[in-house]
Amino acid sequence: MIVSIASGKGGTGKTSVAVNMAISLGSNIQLLDCDVEEPNAHLLLHPKIIHEEPVYSLVPSINERLCDHCGKCAKFCPYNALFVTPDEVLVFRELCHGCGGCILVCPKGAIAEGRHKIGKLSLGYANSVEIVYGELEVGEPMATPLIREVKRHMNKNRNVILDAPPGASCPMVETVKNSDFCILVTEPTPFGLHDLKVAVHVLEDMNIPLGVIVNRAGIGDKKVYEYCEKKNIPILFEIPYQRKIAELYSKGIPFSLEIPGWKEKFRKLFNEVKVLAGK
Amino acid sequence: MKQVKQITILSGKGGTGKTTLTAAFAALAEDAVIADCDVDAPDLHMLLHPKIIEKQEFKGSKLAVINENKCIKCGLCREKCRFDAITEDLKIDPFSCEGCGVCAIVCPVNAITLTEQISGYAYISKTKFGFMVHAMLNPGEANSGKLVTLVKQNAKTLAENEDIPLIIVDGPPGIGCPVIASIADADVGLVISEPTMSGIHDLKRVILLLKHFNIPSLVCINMYDINRDNTQKILEFCRENDIEVVGKIPFDSKVVEAMINGKTIVEFSPESNVTEEIRKIWEKLCNVLNLTGNC
Repeated sequence: MIVSIASGKGGTGKTSVAVNMAISLGSNIQLLDCDVEEPNAHLLLHPKIIHEEPVYSLVPSINERLCDHCGKCAKFCPYNALFVTPDEVLVFRELCHGCGGCILVCPKGAIAEGRHKIGKLSLGYANSVEIVYGELEVGEPMATPLIREVKRHMNKNRNVILDAPPGASCPMVETVKNSDFCILVTEPTPFGLHDLKVAVHVLEDMNIPLGVIVNRAGIGDKKVYEYCEKKNIPILFEIPYQRKIAELYSKGIPFSLEIPGWKEKFRKLFNEVKVLAGK
Repeated sequence: MKQVKQITILSGKGGTGKTTLTAAFAALAEDAVIADCDVDAPDLHMLLHPKIIEKQEFKGSKLAVINENKCIKCGLCREKCRFDAITEDLKIDPFSCEGCGVCAIVCPVNAITLTEQISGYAYISKTKFGFMVHAMLNPGEANSGKLVTLVKQNAKTLAENEDIPLIIVDGPPGIGCPVIASIADADVGLVISEPTMSGIHDLKRVILLLKHFNIPSLVCINMYDINRDNTQKILEFCRENDIEVVGKIPFDSKVVEAMINGKTIVEFSPESNVTEEIRKIWEKLCNVLNLTGNC
């Protein structure tokens, strides 16, 4: 089963849920941290890294000897990554999506594909949990190609947990795509509710079944609960607002390792998700 | 014309207090345009209650459409698409299509066209504290960076036309394209961090990002008292890297209460320690930006 953990709003506890769930399930678990802009799961899991590799995107490489500066490539490029002057072609590699269209439209065969490093991928183990995460190179704008690369390492023979980036735009969509179920972590505040609604909207459009975890339960108000009830969204469980949990998180310690009873709760949660996902 | 100054509030990690801080600055600033650049999960409007003056369509991306009557099912489009956006039965997956148009140029019977999508809306509004510009990206859409750029253009035009000296930008989490768009032209990036392992990790990456684009950074620590050891680590990191820490905001449940009441912390609890600390941070910012009249 593939379960993604998302939220809309940042800092609601996605990574905490993903890591605690992975640890509680113990064996046969793969955790893919798809928040490649700010990956944090490894800070809680402390894995032993056994493999690292650079990740590249494909960008055009111009052969100036063949190029006659006709400008067809720049005219085609929908991302404005090419600019043709009478003397040379400028390539703005950060803007390139790697669609390959410029190569197809060049009448002189003057464009080949080169590689451009956009980040790094790491694979490691913490006991029996396998973790794969990506780190976007600072200054690179595009997270989705790196997320795709992290997801390419998915092992479908295992139970897979995907930790999504915050928000509800392309990086979040790329992460949750093809999940069997998505858990949305929220907090019972107006910001939490507002961003939860946006995330629910995305998942409904994508036909992904979903449930909600209320983190920091006890702060805020009851509106998240009212919304979920009205929309018939299951509230899978609550994590209470406790200073102890916040302190453990701040030190990089998953709370299910320290507070008795939580591993069992996360295992139950996973089984419940399996049923809801029809697995 | 005077140069309009711009400060962008960032964090790397989400949920560290960017919006709470920006809203407080809005209440404290004498004369500023407030820009909410977290366009896929905007929250600032819930504290500032903008009245919309103008609404603009945002056409961010294109989507391929296959004309079923013309299509001969050759599958060339699917073969050439780099984004796996064409399914086995030759339908466009709108969540994968990046609107590049490769499918349209390889189609031998011209069955594919690109259509412009309305991917969201940008707004120019007024709040009781002054002008606010914001936007809402349609859920699941791409190109949030372009929409951020549109919001910032609106802010700049407004500031110039109305002779407003400062733009305060509430940035998105992360370090990717919408964040890069939100720090373009900034005079200073103020990073609000929290004393957690993740907060420290993400702070470092966002500081590197600001450095990469040659933007001076300032740091403040939110909820500094939940882990004083980690607060110390942040202070040391900043000292080693010559970054000024402009304030340490204590944890206070009044921040959530203010949010529930739809108010900035400055209005809801003007005497609280949080407000007092934010006031000090604001004064320091005004000094850094040479905007003494704004305090």
